[in-house]
Amino acid sequence: MFKDTFSLKSLILPGAIFFVLLILPPIIPRFYTYILAVIFVTALVAMSLNMVVGHGGLFQFHHGVFYGVGAYTLALMLTKTSLPIWACFVASPIIAALVGLLIGAFCVRLTRLYFGMLQISLGSLIWAIAFRWYSVTGGSDGIHGIPMPSFIGSSTSSYYFILVVIAICLMILFVIFKSPFGATLQAIRDNPDRCEAIGINVKRHQLIAIVIATFFAGIAGVLFVVVEGSVFPDLLFWVYSLEIFIMCLLGGWFTFAGPILGAAIMVSLRTFVGIYTEYWTLILGIILILLIFFLPEGVWGYVLEKLGSRPKEAIEKGSK
Amino acid sequence: MLRVEEIHKSFDDFKAVNGANLTVEKGELVAVIGPNGSGKTTLFNLITGQLKADQGKVIFNEEDISNLPPYKICKRGIARSFQIANIFPRLTVFRNVQVSVLSQQEKSRKLFYPAEKLAVEETNSILERVGLSGMAGNTAGSLAHGDQRALEIAIALGNKPELLILDEPTAGMSPEETTATIELIKRLADSRELTILFCEHDMEVVFNAAQSIMVLHQGLTIIQGDPDQVRNSSQVQECYLGGAEPC
Repeated sequence: MFKDTFSLKSLILPGAIFFVLLILPPIIPRFYTYILAVIFVTALVAMSLNMVVGHGGLFQFHHGVFYGVGAYTLALMLTKTSLPIWACFVASPIIAALVGLLIGAFCVRLTRLYFGMLQISLGSLIWAIAFRWYSVTGGSDGIHGIPMPSFIGSSTSSYYFILVVIAICLMILFVIFKSPFGATLQAIRDNPDRCEAIGINVKRHQLIAIVIATFFAGIAGVLFVVVEGSVFPDLLFWVYSLEIFIMCLLGGWFTFAGPILGAAIMVSLRTFVGIYTEYWTLILGIILILLIFFLPEGVWGYVLEKLGSRPKEAIEKGSK
Repeated sequence: MLRVEEIHKSFDDFKAVNGANLTVEKGELVAVIGPNGSGKTTLFNLITGQLKADQGKVIFNEEDISNLPPYKICKRGIARSFQIANIFPRLTVFRNVQVSVLSQQEKSRKLFYPAEKLAVEETNSILERVGLSGMAGNTAGSLAHGDQRALEIAIALGNKPELLILDEPTAGMSPEETTATIELIKRLADSRELTILFCEHDMEVVFNAAQSIMVLHQGLTIIQGDPDQVRNSSQVQECYLGGAEPC
C-alpha cells in the first residue's frame, strides 16, 4: 500500500527528518528526548483528531476520551491481568476504536454542533467512570508505576519505539488521506448534502472515519503510557480534548501535517513558558487571537498558501 | 422510466406540492415549468429523496423509490444538479468529479490505494464533455459562476445516471452562458442514452429544447404534453402564461 502512494522523491524530506530524529538522543539532554517523545505522542493524537475535524468536517469535541481509553486500557491490562504484553498493546487501540464506534454510532445521527455536544456528554460519562471508580481506575489519582517491558524500559529505548510507531502511523494516515476514502471524506466536509446526492452513504462514511481516528488516538494513548508510565483522568477530561482541537487549528486543520506543528507549539509552550509562569495559557490565548485574525488556515496552512499550493481566493470562498 | 403519482408535500400549513403527476419516458428531454413558488424544486427534492413525501409515490424503473434516502436513489440511476451551485469548494475541479465517479464505481471506501490513480480517464472525459478540462487543477470554489454550474452538471454525470435531473441549470447565468448550457444539455440528451428532466424559467429555452413539458401551478400538475399541446392549452394560458386567477 505504501509503494503506490509514496514516490522515492516524496520520501526524501520525511526520511531526512526521521534520520535527524533517529540520531538525536545521544546528542541532546535526556529531558529534550522526553519532550520530543511527548510531542510525537501528542502529534499523533492531534493527527487522528484532524482526520475527522479538518478532513471530515465533524465536530469531534471530545477526542481526548479515546486517547484516554487507549491509555487506561493498557494501564489496566498491564497492572491487573497477566496477558502477554503484545496482546495488551494490540487490544488497547482496538478497545478505543470500539468505544469510538459506540459513541460515534449515536453522534453521526446528529450534525455539526449537536454532534459535538452529544459527544462531550457521552465522553464525559467515560471520564466520570475513570474519575470515580477508585477500586479499578484509581479514581482522581489515576494509575502510576505501570510496569513496562524491558525493551522500552529506558527513556532512549522508549523514544525509539515511539518514533518508529509514530512514523508507521503517520504513513498509514497519509495513505488514508490520499485514498478514495480520504477524498470522499473531504468532499463530505465540504458538502455532505451533495455527497448524499452522488450516492455516498455519508453517515456510514463518517462512522468509519471516527473508528479509524479513534483507533489511532488509542495508539497515541498506548504511547502516552510508554512515555509517562502512568495514566490519570485528566486525559479524558473535555479540557484536554479542547487542547487537541486547538493544536489542529493552530497547525492548520485543512492540511495533513499541520497538527504535528500545532502539537509541537503547544507542548513547547507548556513546557518552556510553563517554567516561567503558570499562566502560559495567557500566551496561548494571545496566539489564538492573532491566529484567528491573521492566519485563519493555521501556521502550516499559511506556509502552504505562501508556497502557492493553496489559492487564497479559493480558501476564502470555500470557507463561506 | 419515471412516474410521479399524486405526490403531496406540506410545510406546516403551506402545501408546496399538492397532487403533482409526472411521467418521463426513457430518452426524453422533459421540462417542468411553473411560476416562482409553484413547487418545482420541492418536486425534484421529493423525487431524489432530499424530502419525504406526505402522500403519493415515485416509481423509477417499476420500483417504488418514495421513501429511499438520497444516496440509495442515486445508486438506482438518478443524479441531479441543484438550483444554487452545490459543489465541493475546497477540492479541485478534477476531484469534484472524481469523487462522484468513485462513488458510482463503488470505490469510495477504498482505503489503501491513492485516489489520484483511480477513475482518471472517466473523470477527464466528463470534464472534457462539459468544457472544464482546462480548469481541472483549479480549486472549485475559485471558478466563475457559469463554470461552477457546468461543474455541477459534471458531478452529476460522474454517477453515470440513467435519469439526470437539472434544477434551473441556467439560473444566474449571462445570455452567453445560458446558450452554452442549453447546448450542453441538448448535446447530452443527443449523444448519450440519457433521459433529462429539468426545470427552467426561460420559456424560449423550454419550448425549443424539451420534448415534453409538465406545467406545475401551486403544487398541482395542470398538464403534461408536447410543446404544442402545452402552448395551446387554455388552462395553461389562463393559469400560467397569462398569470390570471388560479384555476
